[in-house]
Amino acid sequence: MSENGIGKAVKRREDKRFITGKGKYTDDVRMENQAYAAFVRSPHAHARVTGVDSAEAMAQEGVIAVLTGPELVGDGIGNIITGWAITSKDGTPMKVGAWSALATDTVRYVGDAVAVVIAESRQAARNAAEMVDVAYDELPAVARGDRALQPGAPTLHDCAPDNMIFDWEIGDEAATDAALASAATVVELELVNNRLAPNPMEPRSAVAIFDEAEDHYTLYTTSQNPHVARLVLSAFYQVAPEHKLRVIAPDVGGGFGSKIYIYPEEIVCLWASMKTGRSVKWTSDRNEAFMTDAHGRDHVTKAKMGFDAEGHILGFKVDTIANLGAYCSLFATATPTYLYATLLSGQYNMPAIYGNVKAAYTNTVPVDAYRGAGRPEATYLVERMMTTAARQMGVDETELRRKNFIQSFPHQTPVIMCYDAGDFSGNLDKAMAAADVAGFAARKAEAAARGKLRGLGYSSYIEACGIAPSKAVGSLGAGVGLWESAEVRVNPVGTIEILTGSHSHGQGHETTFAQIVAERFDLPIDSISIVHGDTDKVQFGMGTYGSRSGAVGMSAIVKAMDKVEAKVKKIAAHQLEAAEDDIVIEGGQVKVAGTDRALGWHEVGLAAYTAHNLPEGMEPGLKETAFYDPANFTFPAGTYICEVEVDPDTGVTEIVQFTAADDFGTIINPMIVEGQVHGGVAQGIGQALLEQVVYDDDGQLLTGSYMDYCMPRADDVPFYTIEHNMTVCPGNPLGMKGCGEAGAIGTPPAVINAITDAIGTNDLSMPATPLKVWQAIQATRAPMAAE
Amino acid sequence: MTQVTLTVNGKAVRRDVPDTMLLVEFLREELRLTGTHVGCDTSQCGACVVHLDGKAVKSCTTLAAQASGGTVTTIEGLANGSLHPMQKAFNDNHGLQCGFCTPGMIMSGVDMVARYKAAGKELTEHAIREELEGNICRCTGYHNIVKSIQQAAGEM
Ligand code: FES
Ligand code: FES
Repeated sequence: MSENGIGKAVKRREDKRFITGKGKYTDDVRMENQAYAAFVRSPHAHARVTGVDSAEAMAQEGVIAVLTGPELVGDGIGNIITGWAITSKDGTPMKVGAWSALATDTVRYVGDAVAVVIAESRQAARNAAEMVDVAYDELPAVARGDRALQPGAPTLHDCAPDNMIFDWEIGDEAATDAALASAATVVELELVNNRLAPNPMEPRSAVAIFDEAEDHYTLYTTSQNPHVARLVLSAFYQVAPEHKLRVIAPDVGGGFGSKIYIYPEEIVCLWASMKTGRSVKWTSDRNEAFMTDAHGRDHVTKAKMGFDAEGHILGFKVDTIANLGAYCSLFATATPTYLYATLLSGQYNMPAIYGNVKAAYTNTVPVDAYRGAGRPEATYLVERMMTTAARQMGVDETELRRKNFIQSFPHQTPVIMCYDAGDFSGNLDKAMAAADVAGFAARKAEAAARGKLRGLGYSSYIEACGIAPSKAVGSLGAGVGLWESAEVRVNPVGTIEILTGSHSHGQGHETTFAQIVAERFDLPIDSISIVHGDTDKVQFGMGTYGSRSGAVGMSAIVKAMDKVEAKVKKIAAHQLEAAEDDIVIEGGQVKVAGTDRALGWHEVGLAAYTAHNLPEGMEPGLKETAFYDPANFTFPAGTYICEVEVDPDTGVTEIVQFTAADDFGTIINPMIVEGQVHGGVAQGIGQALLEQVVYDDDGQLLTGSYMDYCMPRADDVPFYTIEHNMTVCPGNPLGMKGCGEAGAIGTPPAVINAITDAIGTNDLSMPATPLKVWQAIQATRAPMAAE
Repeated sequence: MTQVTLTVNGKAVRRDVPDTMLLVEFLREELRLTGTHVGCDTSQCGACVVHLDGKAVKSCTTLAAQASGGTVTTIEGLANGSLHPMQKAFNDNHGLQCGFCTPGMIMSGVDMVARYKAAGKELTEHAIREELEGNICRCTGYHNIVKSIQQAAGEM
């Protein structure tokens, strides 16, 4: 079959424009008549806004307008929505505080936008924004989720006086308590999942264009899902009806979840464009990104796991407080519930599970889905628990995992998910072989001779991707369906355009999506192009997140190709006077199998459009659409092994080897899949060793730049060893599971388990900075010193 | 306002610009060479790296006026027609995903290979990783960026 088909490491077709500086990102767009927006942001974590005086700003040269929240609300622009309704365990609906794109009377985090200045240049807008005089009455603030839920904490929203957004549960508490009561061993763990800033390298940006004559808006924006952006901007924020609003996401420079959401700035740019009659551009700087892009993680968890005398898991009880920040962002409420607690079973047989999640408002940036979204938090908990339990019980941790691995499928967990396929022991075997676990003792001894502490850490993760079966998520509270769409357009000359609702922000869809078409119709990849990211060109689609563009987006393409193939065969059968079943498509031809009777692929295309000789009653044309709704989630799983060397004198950790053995089901392009794992692992190493968003007790953001927020650099990470295992996913036509988030999900516990193995104490939190590691080592030594 | 005279990608340009204009703004806004990117505001990400008089500089931290009289090469001017070995290496090794850091990575890569060649030093994996201190990539985990630079170092 095609040399560029499924399973081939085809080099990326989109690279040429990026390596020559010809990529087109949102900030590269410049309109005639373009003005610039700069936002006036709250310096306080919590305050009443008692007045906005824009006279001085308006008097500056080049300033066109200063616009405020009351005007925005007065123009009927709606509040920002959250898309997933969670019901508390007492049956009450979650408490959603109003979030206006520009604050009307209260600011609730540092960076909350109060006003916007529109000016002739970016510099003029920024300078004038400094001159807008906002009068604030400061209020007490709270930044930590656990503190926000304590009695007496300052209240953010009147609808939630105790700051509790929801108090939600999953699983069977009585059964879990009984299991723990009967357990031979109960292992307890308290963990913090550190708050992260997603940090795609391209800052968010928007260019809004209002065409008064047509009463039409165009928005260029950094979005992972332009159709969802259009729907939300239209139906909920009432900026413009959908048919009067075109959203274009050109090249998008990374997202990792943070570009799913529709933020205040895009809304305000559209509205300001209408108000001023100018095209309006806003581009975030990095400091603004730290203050406004949705953060990720931020959980505090207490958990207990019970084992019988042989080491079988009996029950798992989890209490989590999730800090969702000042407002409920688009998927914020789904992340610590249905994307987190439904994965608490990990790769293991667990007869009883109970999870309780309390979500809190705090005076911080909204927290939402960031690469992995809930699943890294679950994996960090389960995999640290397994290692801790093995250490506590004095058993080999790989044996403990193996003993509890789920072996037969489908497997219904006690927390909703039904795992469809997997080979967890096989993943562990592959990882252990590639990591040369057998040789570890010798390496450790050699390191010890150099005064270094060497450790090995495991993480056997599972996640749920292919998000998601619409009916299932609808029943759980989702406000949208999570299917995907595709249109396959065969042109009269036989070339093909694929219009997809997925949207690449670095994943290489222009290559991999074309590969499945090249494979199916046995055509040169150069005759296939991918169209995405523009609501005027592409039918409604749901976009790219949750590792869904393979399992869901490509499945939609397959369904549309099924229809194209059927029509091609009908046309060929008619013209070649053969039975449809005898027609085969190969080598650029549509043939009668076993004969030399054939039409060129392009001839069939032309025939469809000339319509001179089509079967009776057939419509002309060759273009088919499909909407694919997955039957189930998919379940990528694997084992990661991290080997570290710690310098006991400095606490510095070096990752000397990192091995990932993943089961992603069918792989379309191994080069791209490995690249996804590399990037995810680096982000996981970042979480484990380097990254943390820090607020002080008053809600001031202390990590607002790359001076204070430590991003992984090239010398923080090693070359990674990547292994693949494969069990085909039965739930979709290509057998794919998804690979985009696995690295970020599986890595953090592997790193921390390795360090704690090296230093001989389990008491270590992320990020494991040299100071923390050094302190942990000192703590292990203190009793000796005291003797 | 200041008059800035530069040779950019082989072409002489002259513009009157505000004194505070950064070289990156001059390239992106005045010349519409948008391949050079801005990823931070503290001179740390390297998305903005160009060559000024043959040396890699962060154009976000250089005033246009400061560069006046100099010769600038941006990602758009790195190769004429065919690809530079560093560009090709990034494609060959999947050294980019979203592409946003890529122009800076390539310009830094070219500079580091040239410096090590000139000094007669071997550009080891370790050296490449240390040299990339000022370039942040959020997508690739650096694995394939290091491989790309290794390949190009063998070809340049
Ligand atoms: S933009 Fe120049 S270093 Fe980040
Ligand atoms: S490729 Fe996206 S930041 Fe490097």
